[in-house]
Amino acid sequence: MSGTSRNKQYRIVHYLNQFFGGVGGEEQANCEPRTIQGSKGPGRLFEKFFREQNVPVEIVATVICGDSYFAENQEKGLGEILPEIQGYSPDLVIAGPAFNAGRYGMACGAICSSLNPLGIPAITAMYKENPGVDQYRKTALIVECADIVTGMEDAVQKMVRLGKKVLQGEKIEFPKAEGCFEQGLRKNYFHAEPAYQRAIALLLQKIGSDSFETEYPIPFFDRVDPQAAIGDLKGLTIALVTSGGIVPTGNPDHIESSNASKYGRYSLEGLEKLETKTHQSAHGGYDNTYANHDPNRVLPIDMMRELEKELGFKQHEWYYATVGNGTSVDSAQKFAKEIAVELIRDGVQAVILTST
Amino acid sequence: MSIAKHHALAPHITHHWKKITVSDLDFAPATGLENGKLLIHRDELISRLQSDPNIRNVKVDIVHPGESVRIVPVKDVIEPRLSLIPGYQVFPGVLSGWDPDTNRIPSGEIVSVCGMVVTTVGSIVGFQEGVIDMSGPGAKYSLFSQKHHLVLDITVQEGIGRHDHEKTARMAGFKAADYIARHALNKPLAGNAHETLINPVYPGSPGRQGSAEPKGLPRIAYLYMLQTQGLLHDTYYCGIDAKKMLPRFMVPSEVLFGAIVSGNCVSACDKNTTYHHQNNPIVLELLRRDKTDWNFVGCVLTNENVTLGEKQQSSTLAAGLIASLIPDGVIISKEGFGNPDADLMMNCSKIEAHGIKTVLLTDEFAGQAGASQSLVDGHPDANAIVSTGNANEVIVLPPLKKIVGDDRVITKMAGGSSKCRLPDGSIAVELQVLIGSTNQLGFERTSARFI
Repeated sequence: MSGTSRNKQYRIVHYLNQFFGGVGGEEQANCEPRTIQGSKGPGRLFEKFFREQNVPVEIVATVICGDSYFAENQEKGLGEILPEIQGYSPDLVIAGPAFNAGRYGMACGAICSSLNPLGIPAITAMYKENPGVDQYRKTALIVECADIVTGMEDAVQKMVRLGKKVLQGEKIEFPKAEGCFEQGLRKNYFHAEPAYQRAIALLLQKIGSDSFETEYPIPFFDRVDPQAAIGDLKGLTIALVTSGGIVPTGNPDHIESSNASKYGRYSLEGLEKLETKTHQSAHGGYDNTYANHDPNRVLPIDMMRELEKELGFKQHEWYYATVGNGTSVDSAQKFAKEIAVELIRDGVQAVILTST
Repeated sequence: MSIAKHHALAPHITHHWKKITVSDLDFAPATGLENGKLLIHRDELISRLQSDPNIRNVKVDIVHPGESVRIVPVKDVIEPRLSLIPGYQVFPGVLSGWDPDTNRIPSGEIVSVCGMVVTTVGSIVGFQEGVIDMSGPGAKYSLFSQKHHLVLDITVQEGIGRHDHEKTARMAGFKAADYIARHALNKPLAGNAHETLINPVYPGSPGRQGSAEPKGLPRIAYLYMLQTQGLLHDTYYCGIDAKKMLPRFMVPSEVLFGAIVSGNCVSACDKNTTYHHQNNPIVLELLRRDKTDWNFVGCVLTNENVTLGEKQQSSTLAAGLIASLIPDGVIISKEGFGNPDADLMMNCSKIEAHGIKTVLLTDEFAGQAGASQSLVDGHPDANAIVSTGNANEVIVLPPLKKIVGDDRVITKMAGGSSKCRLPDGSIAVELQVLIGSTNQLGFERTSARFI
């Protein structure tokens, strides 16, 4: 059986915890997954509201699991619950609503997030402070609902509206408009108006009142205070790291000229300075004529070798390079973490960062 | 002209703009306009351009909207226009010796060709030249896909350095646009759209007292940031290299005459081509609804320089000039990304410190998945931002039948990668390769939001 079942009804499987599934309260929180045929508890409300929306549905099964059991055995629990749900070939899985119940929310989020990649659409609902929201908002459609059960009817209404769209094959491109939590990813779309008109309208709003909405909220910026100067460099190992894109000629790692997805680690052994023949810039964000003419301008090995003798430090024999042009901050942070681990492992005590 | 004479005495510099719509473009034995069709004498144009000793060869192509054509790598796009002001030509200071510091732009008339542009391509100079797709999914992102293009594929002499290469291609574009305008627009042309744009009067200008302003309307100014990091990242105002210029007032409708031109090889998506400057929609909208929906009090030009000291200087001076206009609010537009984010935030915070509200136009570089923060700098006062889209988002552009230019460079362009060619001939590239796709003067409708 797939698609719509007999009587052309959509098949739904509902996931509930022990409380809403009628097994019992906290004393039953360790109960193992079990399945009952048909709907149970809030499931009846879902069926009623779907009927009111003229969407023929049948909750073919309700899977119930204790909150503590799932929280303490998540992998095992998913291993039991997912095949059980798949066995019913549902058109949609509804989990919860979980309100502000933390363990229940985490279970609903985990189940929905695991079902979506299997091609089974799944939706849930939680209160904004439920820990399941932050954990699963990027991978599951989570409808925002009240914190306590008195918000049941409202939550079910909203889930039914979303569920109807999902059942009818509509792609949910903008979850927020469907009453879901934002997934926290920036996604392009075509606005109805060109940007210059929106800018002027936004300015008039901002002049006129305190209520206006930015299209991009500026995030908290991570600023790093420089460390105190090292007085004596004698005996220290110093490394060079650059975002200026100086790579061996031919760019062996194919570091992109913009939005680099990687960095390279290259040897400096035996090099007194960089030559045009051996090194080049792969950077697309500045005119690299002068860097190609003399790569030491961006990665100053020539000066480092001179100073090495004069000040008695040791030049680390590997340098790291990436392209800092349109490169996302996430990527840059990832590169930095990996490079730092290697530098510490290799006994480097200080780093000179060059950029362009 | 009676209009010019009248306005020479009035405080407001006024420009009358006539638009001639071109419905088709073709080669012919003589250059001119016939029944809405623009005809180009190919050999005459080529020989004019080849009078530049730096040019070895020019290939000229015509491309129409909807065709299965990809133009790459695009350097600049220009709209042909003819100034009817005696002694004041289009591209002042570039094709003429105009000096804005000894002469004020007079009032008068300009005629433009609409629907057709001159587009320069040729071997890549920087990494950051762009793609125009005339059909398919890529055509939705740029207004240039809707234009008829006269494409100049320019090859320079061997041994010409990159900077001269860039300048040679840039000048060829302006000369071609000027040639077309002089031949097509030099006669009375009737039955087309026209409008009159009346500029604000700056403090200290003659006749300022006589200029009345409706009361009760918000006072709005515009801060126009130009990419000027140097070395293939340059913009020119009346021929002045803008990185060597201090922030200054500009008569807003000077843009119509090509007072600002691009010499930029910055990322294609958010560089302002000369066309973008000629048609700056912020300037035009602020002028069009001036005295009706707001009082447009003026436009300040500023630059985006490389060093911290220069950024601090320009942002302080720009904020001071803006404040002298006593606006309630300011629109700030940016060009480029990354390093200029710092200029944008300094401009914003220093203007807000004067008690003036700001709105910023910026694109985003949020990573291909949209998971990263979008700008490299921020400030708590930057609380009203209009997003022109995430330039890192990947789009798949199917193969098109004809390439005008050279598409072998796509893997090296900003937004391309060594793996961007797919087995079926499509390219999977970041939006940043499409010229003008995330334009920060606000031409396009692309935006980004949280999902």
